[in-house]
Amino acid sequence: MLLPALFFITVLIIGPFLLSVWFSFTDQRLVPRPIPTKFIGTTNYERMFADPLFWQAIWNTVFFAVIVTPVQLSMSLGAALILNSAVPFRGFFRSVAILPLLLPMTVIVSIWAVLFRIPSGPFNAVYQWFAGQGNYVDFLGNPSVAMLSIVALSAWATFPYQMLIYLAGLQEIPQDLYEAAKLDGARAWHRFRYVTWPGLRNVNIFLLIITTVGALKLFTQVDILTKGGPNGATTTIIHYLFKRGYANQKVGYASAVAVFFFLAVTAIALFQRRVLKNEGEA
Amino acid sequence: MRIPRDVVLPSLFAVILAMGVLLPLMMTLTISLNPNEQDIMVSMGAVRSFIPQVFSLQNYIEVWTDPVHPFARYLANTALITFSTLALSILFNSMAAFVLAQGTLPIRKPVMILVLATLAVPGESLVLPQLMMAGWAGIVDSYEVQIMPGVANAMSIFLFFQFFSRLPKELIEAARIDGFSFFQVYRYVAMPLSKPVISAIAVLQFLEIWNAYLWPVMVTRGPEYRPLSVAMSAYFGTNQAAWGNIMAFAVSMAVPVILFFLILQRQFIASVMSSGIKG
Repeated sequence: MLLPALFFITVLIIGPFLLSVWFSFTDQRLVPRPIPTKFIGTTNYERMFADPLFWQAIWNTVFFAVIVTPVQLSMSLGAALILNSAVPFRGFFRSVAILPLLLPMTVIVSIWAVLFRIPSGPFNAVYQWFAGQGNYVDFLGNPSVAMLSIVALSAWATFPYQMLIYLAGLQEIPQDLYEAAKLDGARAWHRFRYVTWPGLRNVNIFLLIITTVGALKLFTQVDILTKGGPNGATTTIIHYLFKRGYANQKVGYASAVAVFFFLAVTAIALFQRRVLKNEGEA
Repeated sequence: MRIPRDVVLPSLFAVILAMGVLLPLMMTLTISLNPNEQDIMVSMGAVRSFIPQVFSLQNYIEVWTDPVHPFARYLANTALITFSTLALSILFNSMAAFVLAQGTLPIRKPVMILVLATLAVPGESLVLPQLMMAGWAGIVDSYEVQIMPGVANAMSIFLFFQFFSRLPKELIEAARIDGFSFFQVYRYVAMPLSKPVISAIAVLQFLEIWNAYLWPVMVTRGPEYRPLSVAMSAYFGTNQAAWGNIMAFAVSMAVPVILFFLILQRQFIASVMSSGIKG
């Protein structure tokens, strides 16, 4: 009974993991060549650390994660607070709010491609109210705006997931705490600051970690909308890995990137966990 | 009638939230119903691009009958891949979790630690060796190659494990005394009780597979085995000018899932919520 699952885990996770560590020290190609693959030591890692595009991919990925995580979590928490309050038609609003989660990312990307259209897509139509006719923002073609556009799209696309988890967290907070705070004359902001926020501590830690880790894996949006451009402005680590390993067929080199990615993600998740847990206990 | 102040402000925010979600979707629907590409371009961004002015199915018919991009085939591929993955994943992972939670094998603990350790490995970092292995096995561009990675799922073992290890010992013992084999206890006692876990895992994995992009891009070569998500982006890439058709493709792809989940909304919300609290 145990064997089928163990077989799949071994063949599809543990096996490939060990293989990628091995490949990262070789000049393995995707399609076999007449010359045999050979062990080349740490050459892949040296080349990787010497490639400016690699560093740009890291910077872009970190930039994306650092911006999208707070933006998306605030959206999710705000939406959860609204949907947890006594609004009329709450069921309807809740159904509407989870819609983006149900849409496949590729669908969302094509919808946003219209929103981002230049010179007269919906976003630019709004922009022109303020900036005047003829002006527009090149949301995907301007290197300093492109990643922020991806941030907006991504936050919209996945905020309902965190929203539902916040809603679950809000419902766990005992109602009598709010009653007591009200009796003490605490205003809405104080009730949020001293009852809701501390009550969400574990939820916040969990969401911060999964949202960051998810953000570090950014690929689909970038691959379809910008192909990593303009000028590498939206190249992420996974996109870089995909380009080198799949398009350029340099599996050995891309495996070094994969090993680096694995170590970095694990380190960041452990670091966040440690810092956040300690902060609460101090 | 006096409206309490506590309701006005949240209602206002709720409407803004709903607009933020619905406006882009209204626009999508409006464009998909407009057969005139030129009109789509001219009206883009104007108010009338958010409210359907014409109701034509021409774009939809074009999408569904496109010989280069067989929509029905993509939909069937996606459905087959999704349901096979879910069935195999739930079957194998629940069996393994039951052994780990209730069995007597001495190696249970190290196996569990190994399973949990694989949770730390991001799937994205494994795609290249997985692709090499698929090449060696000769299964690139097939259904199997898209189904298998989803079956190896430590998260689903973990969720089943949590549930099974909380089953009352007396229940299991009573069933054993009644002459049930270990497998029969799993099949006739544990599984019927685990509907909430099954639906949680089904919902989460459904979304994951439905959204899968990186792996299917790498392992499919043409329409034969290609899922909808990859087809959508290929369609988007080759028909950049035909927004009516692209949006009709998007709506056709989104509507079945939305309907499915709106019907199962209660279970769906409960599943996502539980994934967070226990995760």
